[in-house]
Amino acid sequence: MKVLVPVKRVIDYNVKARVKPDQSGVDLSNVKMSMNPFDEIAVEEAVRLKEKGIVTEIVSVSIGPQQAQETLRTSLAMGADRSILIVVDQTVEPLAVAKLLKAVVAAEEPKLVLMGKQAIDDDNNATGQMLAALLGWPQATFASKVEIAGEVATVTREVDGGLQTLSAELPAVVTVDLRLNEPRYASLPNIMKAKKKPIDAKTAADYGVDLTPRLKVSKVAEPPKRGGGIKVADAADLVGKLKNEAGVL
Amino acid sequence: MAVLLIADHDGSALRDTTHKTLTAAQAIGGDIDVLVFGQGVDDVAAEAAKLPGVRKVLKAESAELGHDVAEAIAAIVVPLAVGYDAILTPATNVGKNASPRIAALLDVMQVSDVLEVVDAKTFVRPIYAGNALETVTSQDAKVVATVRATGFKAAAGEGGSASIESVETPAADKTARFVSEEVVKSERPELGAAKIIVSGGRAMGSAEEFHRVIEPLADKLGAAVGASRAAVDAGYAPNDYQVGQTGKVVAPSLYIAVGISGAIQHLAGMKDSKVIVAINKDADAPIFQVADYGLVGDYKTIIPELMAELDKA
Repeated sequence: MKVLVPVKRVIDYNVKARVKPDQSGVDLSNVKMSMNPFDEIAVEEAVRLKEKGIVTEIVSVSIGPQQAQETLRTSLAMGADRSILIVVDQTVEPLAVAKLLKAVVAAEEPKLVLMGKQAIDDDNNATGQMLAALLGWPQATFASKVEIAGEVATVTREVDGGLQTLSAELPAVVTVDLRLNEPRYASLPNIMKAKKKPIDAKTAADYGVDLTPRLKVSKVAEPPKRGGGIKVADAADLVGKLKNEAGVL
Repeated sequence: MAVLLIADHDGSALRDTTHKTLTAAQAIGGDIDVLVFGQGVDDVAAEAAKLPGVRKVLKAESAELGHDVAEAIAAIVVPLAVGYDAILTPATNVGKNASPRIAALLDVMQVSDVLEVVDAKTFVRPIYAGNALETVTSQDAKVVATVRATGFKAAAGEGGSASIESVETPAADKTARFVSEEVVKSERPELGAAKIIVSGGRAMGSAEEFHRVIEPLADKLGAAVGASRAAVDAGYAPNDYQVGQTGKVVAPSLYIAVGISGAIQHLAGMKDSKVIVAINKDADAPIFQVADYGLVGDYKTIIPELMAELDKA
């Protein structure tokens, strides 16, 4: 069974995003970029499914600038077999990403798309659901456990009140949550091997998808700053302040 | 203008998120209809009909809808969409799961996590874990948006007398089926609706310690219990306790963080709380930068003292 894993190059999760002074966006110059952490969990899950003998081939795909090649190399070093890079030099919204991925799915015919539930830059949490909708496939989002048996994926999902288990007939889209697994670090030999694995370069035009954004961004601003407060001496002082000063008790 | 609001409820009553999303719908303006889906939801539909300014309530029932299956939700909403300019869903896990599916089927780019309605097409939403706020204007014919409850005050629950209509439920798509759920039933308030939240972090060290320390304090205050991602990842608390960028985003009147260092992704989930209290033995922990009241010290001695002070009070 073939698995497709879309990965996104985003600001590293340890870096605090800074808004540009002209409020046109977030400053990404000279900022460390990495693979979206949720996508890393998706790659790891795909590799584990391959190690179990359920998956036979892992194809990773990224839509982004030329440098997204580094992100794909990371996925190859973790265990993906080959990659597709769709080079775009503009912001691509989840709907357009889903359309591009739909076209990749049509060409590659995977049985499963495993992807992060959300990218930590635009925080939309939408692409997986949109891809499932466009393909007419079932979706199982926010997965904390994935089991594949025959033509069915049984997925435990993190929901508001606890956990929900769904069964989805393959082909399906599964988006992964934090607690599905802990991604491995690629070993040096695997990083070296990854350099020889193929990355197929494409453009959006190859797939005939219109990338024109549907949401016009007019401003990106800093959120209101929360002023630091005071230190209190002890529990009695705290209770007194919460009662008399803040009025919340 | 007409707005379809997809209600959030617990099977017997509307959740507060619905009232807050109604405020967002009112800001967009026009006629507002409310869709209540589930199974055996007559009482919820009746409650929704009393919401002020609602034109009509649409009720859809099936087994799949009772389990919030996204495919089933999309299958009823998409045919309804023709009559609406905006479709709003509270940004709960159910909404986040179903709304993008609806949007894609309508060829609309969703506006996720709306914090503010500027006008009928323009919205403010958080990006980069809330470290930036972007203002976006939808160029699509329709708006499909999820609404973050912390951005809006709750609309009144009474005053309207809308009619209730049943919506036909298409035959179920069996490719995704509900198997089971483990939902924790608790006497405590829900995280999203609580006035006070007590959260524990990695400093708790074990699930037993989390129960021993955090829960009694929460119960004394009538508070909900939350946890940092580190505490959930370590297995000290269940996943539905997680407050943060990828967990729940909360804004109670009082948020008490015990043994939480204050990672960016945790702050993203609680920094809009009215009053924040931090208890941590590391005086340099980032949580103190957002706390109104910081108490430096070991929670093991501070929490018992705090419990004793609350008894006195």
